[in-house]
Amino acid sequence: MISIENLYKSFDGNEVIRGVSLNIERGEIMALIGKSGIGKSVILKHIAGLLRPDRGRISVMGKDVSSLGTRDLMQLRRHLGLLFQGGALFDSMTVYDNVAFPLREKTRMKEEEITRRVMNELGQVGLSEARDKYPSQLSGGMTKRAALARELIWRPEIMLFDEPTTGLDPIISNAILKLIKSVHERLNFTGVIVTHEINQVFGIIDRAAMLHDGIIIALGKPEEILSSQDPVVKQFIRGETEGPISFY
Amino acid sequence: MDLVRNTGTRALQGLRSMGLMAVFLGKAFLYSVMPPLKVFLLMKQIRFIGTQSLLIILLTGLFAGMVMGLQGFRILSRVGSEAFLGPMVALPLIKELGPVFAGLMVTGRAGSSIAAEIGIMRISNQIDALELMGLNPFRYLVVPNLLAGIIALPLLTAIFDVIGIFGGYLVGVHLLGLEGGIYFGEMASHINPEDILEGIYKSLCFGVIIAWVCCYKGYYTERWGHGAEGVSKATTRAVVFSSVYILIWDYFMTSVLF
Repeated sequence: MISIENLYKSFDGNEVIRGVSLNIERGEIMALIGKSGIGKSVILKHIAGLLRPDRGRISVMGKDVSSLGTRDLMQLRRHLGLLFQGGALFDSMTVYDNVAFPLREKTRMKEEEITRRVMNELGQVGLSEARDKYPSQLSGGMTKRAALARELIWRPEIMLFDEPTTGLDPIISNAILKLIKSVHERLNFTGVIVTHEINQVFGIIDRAAMLHDGIIIALGKPEEILSSQDPVVKQFIRGETEGPISFY
Repeated sequence: MDLVRNTGTRALQGLRSMGLMAVFLGKAFLYSVMPPLKVFLLMKQIRFIGTQSLLIILLTGLFAGMVMGLQGFRILSRVGSEAFLGPMVALPLIKELGPVFAGLMVTGRAGSSIAAEIGIMRISNQIDALELMGLNPFRYLVVPNLLAGIIALPLLTAIFDVIGIFGGYLVGVHLLGLEGGIYFGEMASHINPEDILEGIYKSLCFGVIIAWVCCYKGYYTERWGHGAEGVSKATTRAVVFSSVYILIWDYFMTSVLF
């Protein structure tokens, strides 16, 4: 479903990604883990076509994202959803209008049908009561859930999650992850979750890849990652300050 | 050596910026003529740029006209030509002050706000979210502002001109005792349709400049800095550059075209 081959990316001469290769199968949820600022979100933005690689190839649903023109890229993005770290809700619209926006703009659906679908989606994420609130009136967890509802209303085949639980308390974090799991069971999308909160996310993923120094250093099922003897992976999993990963 | 390198780097950056701005304007015009047009957003922006700028246009127009009436009367009195107060107030207003003042006022009131709003949308990933929905952000953020600027600026300029002429009338006729018939009579015989067209053409161009520069600065807010600092700098640059471009373009149009 998603294939990354030998991806390289630099910003202002600083090489962040140095030859990442990764395959994500249809219907699986892959976690991309690694310490903060290591370039996980950069890979996500490449999959979404928001960044162009310096070198390498990213294929999504059989199409080379980096060589697509604007029109084809827009077509491909209709199959993609991305849950941004901050939600990226339109702050001048209510929760209802945010969730209804993709349907109003991309379909000729009647308003009654849109209302039915939006309320159904808001009900799924437990936000029916917050339909008339603006993003600035929502808590962190509510913002993430509203953003998730907006992405899912279009039934994407691929869902990308950028730090879906960062900044949330453990209970809300688990609720968000359970929600992602239940929606995955319902829609069977292919998912990529970028996170550094491994213990929480391991319960809902099929595989994980660890990014370190611009390359993938570990790839496998959660139990394989947890039992890895690689010192970098071990240090990251255990959250130790001493080891090959510097925390600067 | 460093000086040469830095100068070269800055020159290249300047050229790149100019190229980016030109492409930005080209895309804005292209999407303006290619359907679909977001009519509701266009109406909203006409209200924001046009209707909501009315008060400041009325105030500045009135006082600009009044001060021109006062100064004009004093100057004309020295040569005994007070009768020409009407054209002396109206001609500069219609040809220069109306479009330029209206442009600068709209830049300060609406342009800064447009740049800040788009800038905040950029740093909070709202523009990325639009793109990821397979939608074209230009149609939602740039085209409505460009068309609203083109529609609203000539109208605001006309209102500025009318209220300015009325301000000159208040001072010249009611305060300084000039005959009302003379004030308007001389005006009618000295102002040609070309003078009015000159003002309209200028205001059209200023509408484009304001929307173009302010949308561009907001859209690429990350070029000027990160987060809130970037938005703040983008907003300042939007106002400064729009104002400067308005004055430069005004001189160019006056000297070359009219």
